[in-house]
Amino acid sequence: MVQIDSGTLFFAAIFTNNILLTNFLGLCPFLSISREVRSSLGLGAAVVFVMTCTAVINYLVYYHVLLPLNLEHFRYIVFIVIIAAFVQLVEMTVERYFPALYYMLGIFLPLITVNCAILGASLFLIIRNYTLTQSLAYGAGSGIGWMLAITAVGAIREKLQKSAKLPKGMEGPAITLLITGILALAFMAFSGMIHMRAK
Amino acid sequence: MVQLILSLLILSGMGGVLALLLELADSYIADYGEKHILINDEKDLVVKGGNPLLSTLGQEGIFIPSACGGKGTCAYCKVKIQEGGGPVLPTERPYLSPEELQGHVRLSCQVKVKEDLKIEIPEDLFLVKEFRVKVERIEDLTPQIKGLHLKILSPEEGFTFKAGQYVQLEVPKYKLTKGREYRAYSISSAADKRHELELVITRVEKGAVTTYVHDYLKAGEELRVMGPFGQFYFRDSHRDILLIATGSGLAPIKSILHQIEKEQIQRKATLFFGARTGQDLYYQEELRMLETAIPHFTYVPTLSRPTEGEQWEGERGRVTNLIEKYIEENADLDVYICGAPAMVESCVELLTKKGIPGEHIFFDKFE
Repeated sequence: MVQIDSGTLFFAAIFTNNILLTNFLGLCPFLSISREVRSSLGLGAAVVFVMTCTAVINYLVYYHVLLPLNLEHFRYIVFIVIIAAFVQLVEMTVERYFPALYYMLGIFLPLITVNCAILGASLFLIIRNYTLTQSLAYGAGSGIGWMLAITAVGAIREKLQKSAKLPKGMEGPAITLLITGILALAFMAFSGMIHMRAK
Repeated sequence: MVQLILSLLILSGMGGVLALLLELADSYIADYGEKHILINDEKDLVVKGGNPLLSTLGQEGIFIPSACGGKGTCAYCKVKIQEGGGPVLPTERPYLSPEELQGHVRLSCQVKVKEDLKIEIPEDLFLVKEFRVKVERIEDLTPQIKGLHLKILSPEEGFTFKAGQYVQLEVPKYKLTKGREYRAYSISSAADKRHELELVITRVEKGAVTTYVHDYLKAGEELRVMGPFGQFYFRDSHRDILLIATGSGLAPIKSILHQIEKEQIQRKATLFFGARTGQDLYYQEELRMLETAIPHFTYVPTLSRPTEGEQWEGERGRVTNLIEKYIEENADLDVYICGAPAMVESCVELLTKKGIPGEHIFFDKFE
């Protein structure tokens, strides 16, 4: 198995191998929701929750259903369907029983059904041969890393809106992509410190 | 081969299990039971909870205007929610002004019915319904204006409206349009005829609906009508009545006159109808008949440009000239004006100058 321990993996997923800033996954909701810190945090929290849960569920489904049945090549479809169904279920439950939470996070849930970072995390943990605990650590870490990145960009954009006067062509996605690029450069300086791939 | 079929079966099975799970969740978790919606403190609806307010009301036959189909982008479906409905969602916020937020205005397509609601909607939206109509006959009123006689096919109880209101007439896709189009037209028939509708439609150059009505529509065709709409309708009072119309603006005025006749209203009524030439006058027989049937009604047509050939002995000039000539200062009048915006504006200005208070002047501008 892999030498890397779950604790290290957790932090590595947040900082040195941030799924958004080094793999550039989940960019679509990232670009559209990162306008202010409040909604960035909401979307981020929803991603953390869904990513952690689906990483574990998909791990179990892969090793206990797909592999024994020799269906591992179908993992893309199966994972997508499981993620979509899970998000739906969570949305319904939260909406019904936790109204306060729903108004904070719930409305972001439909947005992340098709977030490729979530599918990406599930696929990485298979490719990298993580164990169940490692998968849990990696899922949670990647989610928190994604939240960190979107909140950072959200904060910068909020600040920019108030202080900087941008040329028309630089507004919106353009400046966001530039900020993301610079942030990514900073985060990439750490890459290589920890080897994510299992031997 | 066996492997292929087997894997397909297993995959479908997994999909089926997930679908079943969602279906179960939908009927148990998302089942909010029956909820009450109290509208304007009078009408109490019992509805199935869990769905957006807009579609829930639609199922109950109350049509809130909506152009985007409940996607939260057009902001037409605003409704005042006094109780229930939860906090304002981020999806609504961009469409609500600070005053609207203060006044508990919400987008009804975004608010779900999860608890008992107390809401407030404009009274006239109660009566707005969708009707299937059949074209009975298309009549040439003038070279530019057609009278459209419609028969209500469904719903069976027919159409209820106040004299003066308008409907939206929808025409199907044809050569000039990309899809179904609808426009507003005032009703000229009497309000007590619940299974008949008469609309007056002036040809508009390149107008999507008017061109269809003038050039393509045939008797026997079935169309869709929504309504009634509008705040321009006959009001009860003790004052004398002045009616002013030009062009197709005569339509709602005629409907109002039918009401005055039916109810044998004893108030003194005068109609100023302005047209360009004698050819542009229409409904002449009906108006002369109403003149004898209504206790105190005078019909005064006026032509702004009578042709040499026609021997016009009536009034000349625009309707504003008639106001100058016949209306006294501070007259105790209810005024109903309908027609082209420029005409309506100059009439209102003139009447205000004559000391008639704004709250006694009702108008409908035909853009």
